Formats: sequence, structure tokens, C-alpha cells
Amino acid sequence: MEDSAGVLALLKIVYTIYVFAVLSLIYWFAKGVSNPKGKPRIVKPGTFYIYVGLLIFVGVSIHIFTFNKIPWVETDFKRHTIEKDPSFDKSKQMYNIIARQNKDRNSPNHGEQKFILPKDRLNADGMLEIECGKYVVFDVVSEDLTYGFGLFRQDGSMVTQMQVNPGSRNDLMWQFHKNGVYHIRSTEYSGAKGGRHMTIKNAVVVKGCDVDDSRSMLGGN
Amino acid sequence: MSFINTLINGTEGGLKTDGLTPMQKVTLRAVVFGVLYYGLAVLEGQLMRANSVAPGLFEENHYFSIMTVHPIVGIFGSTYLIVFGAFTFLVPYLMKKPLYSIKIANITWMSIATGTLMSWLGGAIYHYAPLYTLYWPLPVDFEQFNPIGGLVFVLGIAIIMIGTLLFIYNTFATVFYTEEGHEKRPLKPLILSALGIDGMLNIWYKITGREPYAKEPAVSLPVVAIFRGTIDTFLDAMVILTCGILILVYIVGDLSGAAMDYTSVNALLYKNFFWWGLDLIADGLVLIYVAGTWYLLAMMITGKKLFMQNIARAALLLELIVSWMVWSHHLLGDQGQPNIMKLLSGEMVTAFELVTQGIAVFITLVTLWSAKPLKMDNRLKFLLAGIMGFMIAIPAAILQADMGLNRILHNTQWIIFTHVHAAILIGLTMTLYAAIYTLWPILTNDVKLYSQKLADIHFWGHLLGALGMSCFMGLAAMDGALRRTIYVDGEYNLYMILGAIAGTMILVSWAVFLVNVVLSIGIKGLIGIYTPSKIDTKDLVPASE
Ligand SMILES: [Cu+2]
Repeated sequence: MEDSAGVLALLKIVYTIYVFAVLSLIYWFAKGVSNPKGKPRIVKPGTFYIYVGLLIFVGVSIHIFTFNKIPWVETDFKRHTIEKDPSFDKSKQMYNIIARQNKDRNSPNHGEQKFILPKDRLNADGMLEIECGKYVVFDVVSEDLTYGFGLFRQDGSMVTQMQVNPGSRNDLMWQFHKNGVYHIRSTEYSGAKGGRHMTIKNAVVVKGCDVDDSRSMLGGN
Repeated sequence: MSFINTLINGTEGGLKTDGLTPMQKVTLRAVVFGVLYYGLAVLEGQLMRANSVAPGLFEENHYFSIMTVHPIVGIFGSTYLIVFGAFTFLVPYLMKKPLYSIKIANITWMSIATGTLMSWLGGAIYHYAPLYTLYWPLPVDFEQFNPIGGLVFVLGIAIIMIGTLLFIYNTFATVFYTEEGHEKRPLKPLILSALGIDGMLNIWYKITGREPYAKEPAVSLPVVAIFRGTIDTFLDAMVILTCGILILVYIVGDLSGAAMDYTSVNALLYKNFFWWGLDLIADGLVLIYVAGTWYLLAMMITGKKLFMQNIARAALLLELIVSWMVWSHHLLGDQGQPNIMKLLSGEMVTAFELVTQGIAVFITLVTLWSAKPLKMDNRLKFLLAGIMGFMIAIPAAILQADMGLNRILHNTQWIIFTHVHAAILIGLTMTLYAAIYTLWPILTNDVKLYSQKLADIHFWGHLLGALGMSCFMGLAAMDGALRRTIYVDGEYNLYMILGAIAGTMILVSWAVFLVNVVLSIGIKGLIGIYTPSKIDTKDLVPASE
């Protein structure tokens, strides 16, 4: 479960099973409660308290489980320590990105919104090149509206995302463990001229890992 | 010929509106509009489903204006009208005293219906679509949207909120006032009971080995739930009104040429404020009202007392307090939000909703179980489906309210369908239909239903449609399908087609329900609901001869 694809695959299975369990439970209950031969049954308070205990247990353990199994939660908490560490090289590990709307009323592209990548950080293919396993930070500044910033695989699935608010810090620290080429797109609707139109295809490339992200390889490289 | 006759006059004479009291009429008026607005919301939803199968069906700005008004029509135009209508009748019914003011009740439904129409026009005419703007694309974006459209839209919301405040006033007044000809009602036991404090005292007295504090609570449990939920309704109305005023300031600024800068209001701060208020609906009044409705229906269906009454009373208070502290689960994707808020408010307190809602499910089911065997009538059928809806929807939200999962689910269709539409279409709507079928004989003086077969088609069509749409769109979400996004290159095509088929089932079954109702009460009866009552009484139902 070291990347989102693994987590989402597990979630799909778990939730599908859960939904079928609920359907069967209600079906069983409906049959039972309307069975003409049924006799009234009183449930003991003890059963109720065990049930409530179980709910609390489940509610808490979901978070404990994900905290231990999903690596990026810890990254979120340790972000500031990692950034302050002398081994963290801002000029290599930090990417400053701007989100902006075209406010020129005479422009044919008036109202359009865009991400602007740091030009001096693009490689020969015009991509942000990221070293495998290194912590990187995407620092996105909005100059006007509320946007979202997300990384997506070639098959459309989400790697990660954050919200981008004007006037506040929007920096996402991430670690990549697989080689792949990823798209950047806004995850937040900001009018018909934002959203999907803010997509930059093949904006990020990760190199140097032992494993490939099978769902995000460009032309089998 | 006989079909036309039934259409006009209803089944076996249909609804005899001359015999309806002003209370019955005002309730029916609100509920009928609520059901009609529900149809509009479903139609809008279906147009969006169609567009996701055939992108380009609508211009993008038109599509997003449909999306913007869709929740307004659904939540306020439909749900608020049905719920407020029903509660306006139920509070006096359960407290065995007249409603404080029938006139206010009439103004309430007219305001909400008018306000919804106005907001809808803001979308229909001006294609106003910063999604709610009572939402967070703050600063308000006038590069893309016409400020006049914003004005119409926001004023519509304001009128809805004024209607809401009138409902709240009428409800609280009905609980506390002393009606004419009755000895003075003491305030203290009413307040203690309405807040649920008597239930807590009862538990405490039991633990310490004393006689119960109050053997017969002054306020019955469903009224406690309505009262409790109405506190959240009030706080929410204040927040939405404040947001609306803020947007108005931006609009006026723009129209007068003195446009405000985007930094005038901190977007993250506004987002915190807005979500605090909006969660009073999503995580507050909806869950509390629903729990109260389940308890009422369980008691009416079984004719028995509720299982673990005192716990239920205490749990409703817990739910109220929980609903004030969960909003950070909407800001788990905001890096500027302090981690400690994400952890405590976003994860931990939010997880308590699993407990409070789980308690409501358990108590309702056990109460029904204690009265076996029951007849599987429309009331019970819809009630069970409603409970099932929340059993599917709530854990979906708890999962998304997790710092790990939120990172990969935020703003996907997961929250919109697996959670919101499962909660609203299966959970809430099925519960409301159960309530409608329960109140039907009381409100219509026993009009016979035209066809049970049509009622069954409505039940199964709606259930399978809503379940299917929630599941298929949830599956697309886990493959990365974002909310509020048009996919034009055939992504998620299979899920979108399946989702649209399921959506069609919802629309068709609503039409079936409407036809069944109209053929039962007759067009004459339908119109008669909106004419002044011929009986001058504050009684809820006509006095029996
Ligand atoms: Cu919420």
C-alpha cells in the first residue's frame, strides 16, 4: 500500500463488501420483522452497550490503521522538520507554481485560468524532473481564486492533491517511490474556464526508482 | 372516461378539500411544493448525468449553472419544504396543543418556494455559477460571472433563510407558549426536556440509585429531536445569511466600480466559517431530524415506546454538540489549516458521527424488532430503506474524513455520490417518503391510494436507481473521477452510462409517485389545497362528529 493505487484498490474491495453486508442485513431484518410467525423480541441493554463500544472501536481504529499504513500522513506531520533539515535542498526539492486567471477583458482568453510552472526548473522535455525517494515540495500560490492542485496518472487515477487558497500557504510535500510520468490538473472547480482547462499533461516525471508505476508510464519508457 | 374522471376527482371521490382544516392545508401546501421541487432537482441531476454520457449536450457555463442551483433546489426547495411542512404539523400534534401561528406557517412555505425560484432564475437567466458562491470561490469572481446574476441568486437565498427563521420562530413558540384557555405552562421543565437534560438527569439519578428525575418527560422524544435540530437550523441560517451579505458587499462593490481586492477577506478563514455553518446542515440538523423522524415512525408503526429512550435523548444532545465541532473534515486538503484541527475536529470528533448515527439505527431497528410481526406496508418499507441509506452513506464520509484517505479522495465523486447522494436519495428521501405515507391518512382525512402497485414501482425504482447511481459513481471516483468536472475524452464512460441509467430510474419513479398521488387526490383536490380553508379552527384535524 505504498501508493494511492494500492490504497484505492483495497478501498474498492472493502467498501463493496461492506455495502453488500448492509444490503443483506436489511434484507434479513425485513424478512424477520414481517414474518407472520415471528414473536416480539426484546433486546437486552447489554447488547446495546457492546454495540456502541464496537462503533467507537471501529471509528478510532480506521484512523490508527491508515496512520500506520498510509505513508503520506506522517509526511504531513513531519513536513516542517524535513524542510528545515540541512540535507533538504530547496533549489532542487522545492517547486514554485503559480495559479492565475486572465483578467484582460480585451483578450480572447479572458477569464481563463492557468498553472504556471517554474521555467528554470523544467528539463529538456519540459517536465519537472523528480528524483526517486526524495522529499519534494509543490508550493502553489494563487493570485486570485480558490483552486486545487492534483497529480494524476496516465490512466486518470489520482496520486495526490491539495487545495489552493489565495492568501495562504499551499505546499504539499510528497515522496515518489515509482518511475512514471504524471499530469497536473486543478481539482477544484473555479468556473467553466478553470477546472479541467487547467490541466498540464505530462508535467512531472519521476526517475531513478527500481519499480515502474505500471499505470503511469509514457510510451513504455 | 373513468380514467379522466379519476384524474380530475381522485380515487373514490379524492381529496375533499372543503373538509380540510387550515393546519392540514398549510402542511399539504408545503409538502406538495417540496415534492415538485424534488422533481426539478432530480431532472437537473438527470441532465447532468446525460451530459456526462454525451459531453457537449450543454454549453459548459450552462452546465455549471445547473450544477449550482441543483443543491439549492434539492436542499431548500425540496427537503426544507417537506421537512418544515411536516414538522409544522407534528410539533403541535405531538404536544397536543395548537400551532403558535398558522399565518407564519403560510408565509414560511411561500418564502422558501419563492426564494428557491429566484435562485434558480439566477442560474437559468444569468448562468450564474461560482457554485453556491455562498461557497468558497471567494473572492467572488466577476471576470466570469455577471454580478446581476449573483444579486438575483443571493437574494433568493436570503428569502429562503428568512422563511427558515420564521419556521424556527414558529416552532420554538409552539413548544413554549401557553395556548388560550389552558393553565399557564411552566417554562423550566419544557426547556430542560426540549434540550434533553431531563434524559441525562434520569440516567444520572438511576446510576446514583434514586427515583427518576422526570417519569413523564414534558416534551416527547420526536419533539426533542425537532427542537434540537432546529437549533442547528438557526445557527446555519445565520451563517448563510452572513455569507450572503458578504457576497452582496462584493457585488455592490463591483457594480459601483469600487471592486474589492481578492485579499480583502482571507479565503481560508472564510472557508472555516462557511463550513462550520454548512455542517450544521449536513452533520447537524439532517442527522438529528432524521433520527427524530425514525423514532417517531418506529413508535407510530409499532405502537410501542422507544427502546432505550433516555439514551436516545442524550444521544441527540451529543449529536448537536458533535455537529458544532466537525467542520475541519472539509479542510483536510488545505495545507494552511493547522494539523491539530485536522486531527481533532476533522478526524476524531467526526468519527463520533458513526456512533451517534449508529445509535439511532440500532434503537430504531430494535424498537421495530420488539413488535414482531409487523406488516410490510409502505411506511415500514420506506423506513427500512432510509435506514439502509444512512448505513451506506455515513461510513463513506468517515473514511473520507481521514487524513490519509482524504489526500486521494478529496474533490472526487466519492463524497458526492457514495456519501451525499446515498445519504440524501436513499437515506433522507426514503425516510421522508415513509413520513409522507404515515401522515397521509391524517392529513388527507383518509384518501385512498390510487394504486399500491404504482407505490411499489416507485419504491423499487427509486431504491435501485439511487443505489446504482451512488455505487457506479463511487467506483468512478476511486479511479480518479473529480466532482464538478466535465470529462470530454470518454473517460469513465462505462460508469457514466450506468450512472445515467440509474439516474433515469430515479426520475421515472418520481413521476410514477406523482401520478399515483394525483390520481388519488384528483386535480380538483390538488387545486383545493391552495384555496382558503372553509373551516375556521386552530384544531389540527377536523373534529369528529
Ligand atoms: Cu461535513
